[in-house]
Amino acid sequence: MTTSSSAIVRRDPRKEWIARNRLHPLHHEVISEGLGHVIGPSGLPRKNPHQIGFIGPNGIKRIDRLKGNGAAVSQPHQAKSSDTVLPLHTVTAPDFYIFVVPDLVGGRLSVHDKDILGLAHALQADMEGKGAVVAVCFGDTKEEHFDLAGVDRLIQRTSDEFDGFSPEARAAALTQMEETWAPKHWLFPDSVHGGTDLASRLAASLGERPASQAWQVTPEKVVCRGAGGSLDIARQTPRIVMVLEECGNAIDETRHQVLPLEMPAFHEHTPRILDRGQVAVDPNEIPLAEAEFILSAGNGIHNWPQFHQTAEALGATEGASRVAVDDGFMPRFRQVGASGTWVTARVYMAVGISGAIQHMQGIGQCDKIIAINTDAGCDMVKRANLSVIDDSDLVLSELMLLAQAYASEHGNQQGSKKQENSDAA
Amino acid sequence: MPLNIVSLVSVGRHPQSGRARRAEQDSRAVELGLKLADTALTVLHVGNPDDPILRQYAGMGLPSLTVLKQEDSVDAVPVLQRFLEQKNIDIVLTGVRAESGESSGMVPYLLAHALGWPVVARVADIVAVKDGKAEVLLALPRGQRRAVSIQLPFIASMDHAAEAARQSAFAVGLRATVESVESVGEVDQIRVDWQESVAKIRPKRLKTVKAKTAAERFKAATAKPEGGTGKVMKNETPKEKARAIFDLLLEEKVIR
Repeated sequence: MTTSSSAIVRRDPRKEWIARNRLHPLHHEVISEGLGHVIGPSGLPRKNPHQIGFIGPNGIKRIDRLKGNGAAVSQPHQAKSSDTVLPLHTVTAPDFYIFVVPDLVGGRLSVHDKDILGLAHALQADMEGKGAVVAVCFGDTKEEHFDLAGVDRLIQRTSDEFDGFSPEARAAALTQMEETWAPKHWLFPDSVHGGTDLASRLAASLGERPASQAWQVTPEKVVCRGAGGSLDIARQTPRIVMVLEECGNAIDETRHQVLPLEMPAFHEHTPRILDRGQVAVDPNEIPLAEAEFILSAGNGIHNWPQFHQTAEALGATEGASRVAVDDGFMPRFRQVGASGTWVTARVYMAVGISGAIQHMQGIGQCDKIIAINTDAGCDMVKRANLSVIDDSDLVLSELMLLAQAYASEHGNQQGSKKQENSDAA
Repeated sequence: MPLNIVSLVSVGRHPQSGRARRAEQDSRAVELGLKLADTALTVLHVGNPDDPILRQYAGMGLPSLTVLKQEDSVDAVPVLQRFLEQKNIDIVLTGVRAESGESSGMVPYLLAHALGWPVVARVADIVAVKDGKAEVLLALPRGQRRAVSIQLPFIASMDHAAEAARQSAFAVGLRATVESVESVGEVDQIRVDWQESVAKIRPKRLKTVKAKTAAERFKAATAKPEGGTGKVMKNETPKEKARAIFDLLLEEKVIR
């Protein structure tokens, strides 16, 4: 335990019970405990008024006339619980390693990644000896809390070979890690973000038979989906496992060391697959449910041509609230919310939408929400990561200018791979 | 020079009825093969040459199919490898995952490793093949596309974003000839030990509240998810506000 012993308040439920019960034969003794029983010069018992009560959280003396029945009694030590530091899980000399290769969608650990890190710890705990969970990250990351996600050791490869779409280089780097550390297990997310691809490449080059679409993983046995999801295959746990979503519990009670592991220099290798960068897709062709960036309009929009121009300039998929659809400004299939589409955008920008509960349900899975609204007290502002309280016309026109300036600045670099590593990596 | 393209097909399974059908992704591989090579396309299957499902692929307009005759328990990869090595092949098209058997999706990778070819997963389209190189569009999540160029020969697995397969004509399928080729195969020894059962419904993860006291549990059950963590800009000029929004969009890399 890292918390000091003085912070722990020991309660005696029996004494508290006696203190509450004035008819109890021991009541008087319990109440006056610590005060001492003082007999005055006249022979009468005396109370010292200065010793009654305690100093409250504001530094003001409080007398508890509720005899321990109130919530205030236990207040002083509860205030600390919000900023308690989680205990540190240390692995000094690991007997074995479990390697996890997270997807790092948009440079951050996804829920799927965190679950798999948690699963790796669960596996490690069930096996003999003490293991360390290693996360292998390619390219730049924005993740700040590897320690809270359960990463004991971190391998970060940030050279040019691994930028953008580079499955061959990544698989070669993983093969090299296999030679260096010979991990007990390799865990990959079975996902469309590249986890499955990388795992399959590694398995083919190592000649291992992997378990794909695994959903129950123990050190001995793994249960996988087969035959298009209609079959459960139970088998011995192989070294390479691709794990489906929601198959482990993310770490939430410990901190981890995140010590860097030194990686030997990468062998030179000529890629046979050349990345030509992401292709510009018309954002309005993308189905609303899977769009990455949505600009959504509500009742607060008056200048509709401006809204469409802004969406085009920003490259956002257009969405709408129910009011905007009912009023005929947007087609029905653009509606976001309970009776429209449930969106999964990474960035959702709500312009002039105050946030009816049906609408908030529809955007429940969005990561970052930006609100532009004139009402500072509306629900959308409460939910948003960034809220701008202003008229939508002014902000959108400024935003359009910025987007156009950015496009003209970067227009000549379109072919380069600089803007890679978004969600669709 | 005409391209030498092979589409690998398997027997699929309808997700609702469980009936055998032409597999969704494999039929897309045939569709793309027809687009690139027309009827010069080789459609290859490992298994039973008398399977009526193969006629559904042939019904897409193929004069013939090639079937490497094998039992179900045989590992298809070495059989395919030996067949593909003999021919001078440019592109092999497959699905991402079979709808029957293990459906591990490893066949393209194992074949690529055995043949020493590059492999790309989740192809949406092959735009052009020129000078020993192919321009390929990959399907990314969220409807995005990535352009990639690959040296021939290579193996590609088809994504759901690829063009949907044309309707299969019954009579055309019946008229097609099925060339059965005898081949040598080994029984998949690792798979013999596995236990297979009908898929159980996966339990949904419940929202568990890790509260130690009754007060915390009560709070978790009743309290609204608190907001107010976001940044609110009220008194700045519209320019500054727009700048803040744009910086966030840049940071999230949604602006291209």
